[in-house]
Amino acid sequence: MASTDIVSAGKAQRNQGRSMSGKKRARTSWLERYSALLVAAMLIAAWQILVPLSGLSAFVLPTPLAIATRMINDAPLLVAHLYVTLFEVIVGFGMGVLVGVPLALSIFYSRPFERAIYPILVGLQTVPKVSLAPILVLYLGYGWAPKIVLAFLISFFPIVISTVVGLQSLDTNLVNLVRSMGANEWQTFFKLRLPAALPNIFGGFKVAISLAVIGAVIGEYVAAERGLGYLQLQANSLFDTTLNFATVVTISLLGVILYYIIDVVEARVSYKRDDAK
Amino acid sequence: MNTIQTTGAAVEISHLSKVYKTREDDDVVAIERIDLQFEPGTFVAVVGPSGCGKSTLLSMLAGLVSASTGKIAIDGDAISRPHPKIGVVFQSDLLLYWRTVLDNILLPIEIKRLDLSKFRTRAEELLEQVGLKGFGKKYPSELSGGMRQRVAICRALIQEPGLLLMDEPFGALDALTREQMIMDMQSMWLRVQNTVLFITHGIDEAVFLADRVLVMSPRPGRIDLDLKIDMPRPRQWSKVHEDKVYHGYVRQIRDIFEAKGVLVAH
Ligand SMILES: Nc1ncnc2c1ncn2[C@@H]1O[C@H](COP(=O)(O)OP(=O)(O)OP(=O)(O)O)[C@@H](O)[C@H]1O
Ligand SMILES: [Mg+2]
Repeated sequence: MASTDIVSAGKAQRNQGRSMSGKKRARTSWLERYSALLVAAMLIAAWQILVPLSGLSAFVLPTPLAIATRMINDAPLLVAHLYVTLFEVIVGFGMGVLVGVPLALSIFYSRPFERAIYPILVGLQTVPKVSLAPILVLYLGYGWAPKIVLAFLISFFPIVISTVVGLQSLDTNLVNLVRSMGANEWQTFFKLRLPAALPNIFGGFKVAISLAVIGAVIGEYVAAERGLGYLQLQANSLFDTTLNFATVVTISLLGVILYYIIDVVEARVSYKRDDAK
Repeated sequence: MNTIQTTGAAVEISHLSKVYKTREDDDVVAIERIDLQFEPGTFVAVVGPSGCGKSTLLSMLAGLVSASTGKIAIDGDAISRPHPKIGVVFQSDLLLYWRTVLDNILLPIEIKRLDLSKFRTRAEELLEQVGLKGFGKKYPSELSGGMRQRVAICRALIQEPGLLLMDEPFGALDALTREQMIMDMQSMWLRVQNTVLFITHGIDEAVFLADRVLVMSPRPGRIDLDLKIDMPRPRQWSKVHEDKVYHGYVRQIRDIFEAKGVLVAH
């Protein structure tokens, strides 16, 4: 029963937006809906046209078409390295969630914990985590371990902080309301606190997943034998600019796709409630 | 129409006071030694200036705030936490935006782990009674302020509370909506006839709705006047304003406020 609540917050949020614009959106043309894609396509087209006109050599700036062709031709290579980076990102982010959310709950529920830990966390957030990469390599070697740790460290903070903020920003009148109905803290949490905090929590996840990709790739820049960051360094040393760009695009795609997976999870989760009925 | 026979709860408040401890040591006495008894099924309104302790009194009755001295008993049970027989309506509707109207109304049932299917029809009935038939599947964001407060009232009534506590329920509404809500409140209450504690700033709505109006003085909160309102029901908002008896009651309350300096004549 509790789970129905966790899952429904996202949906209502979306609904809030939808209620006003529902009819309008149906009328707004596909032009508006895909405007971002359209702009992107135009920029890419401009790039494609302007590069030959500018006289820049393909070594300096390859055309989008050349990059795309290369991505298709070298797909097995890119995918092989993509898997490595993906693995590091997922494990690092997963650890961020598994450690971050419980830590946020402890900070929320325990005053001493909040006093002792929260200021430190906020302070530590200013440490540029990527600068730890060389040290991590020193400790953990050339394998996936330092990349995972870096992805974890970098994704952990936004998860903790957005979860704490989400939990703390609840209107106390709402807590009084459910308590007046006889709710215990367990019910208050699952029926009220968690669903109310979900938009914040997912916001934190989205920031964290993008950062986790950066963390993993930077870890690979420092020292690696596999992964997209490593592949990019290889391309660099071979003056293979096209492969270099193809790797950049792959890294970006990875970030975008992971972001949207979280978006879809948020939506999925929120639609379950209707399924149950 | 389905009439629900709810016997209101009896409320007994004895030597009740509340002192809020503040950081600067100057304690705030919000309620000072109140003794009150509510007969089952009476509609009691409380009027008083801002900060006199009305919400504090209600929170103690709701079991949300503990008393500093004295005690409260609902149907003979001394309360130390929210009593199962209460329903509360606050100034803002406090609907959960991720739940549909129907699921908001059923929240107390879920929390009390009662059989949801039994209460769905009751929820639909309540919605119909407040003029929101067919709104069950909508989300709070799709409703106007007045509609949302009606839903909040349905939520408080779903468990047929013996004691309904309302803290300025119409305070956030525009004048026209408020007028409508006051009349709807009366017909709802006439159906249920439970015990109601209704806190308000509006002398007019207090006199119109209540069997008994308690007038509170500025801090420390005490009851200055316990006024029995003897007017036949159902009362009509438009007619009551031409009624001498009604105006007599209003006058009495205003006199208290003027004497206490709450209302100052110029
Ligand atoms: N949690 C609290 N801690 C300290 N003081 C409080 C607290 N709650 C209320 N008070 C004080 O107690 C007094 C009574 O407050 P209360 O909210 O009961 O007034 P009220 O009559 O409901 O006012 P209003 O009509 O403005 O809602 C006020 O002076 C207020 O400052
Ligand atoms: Mg108040």
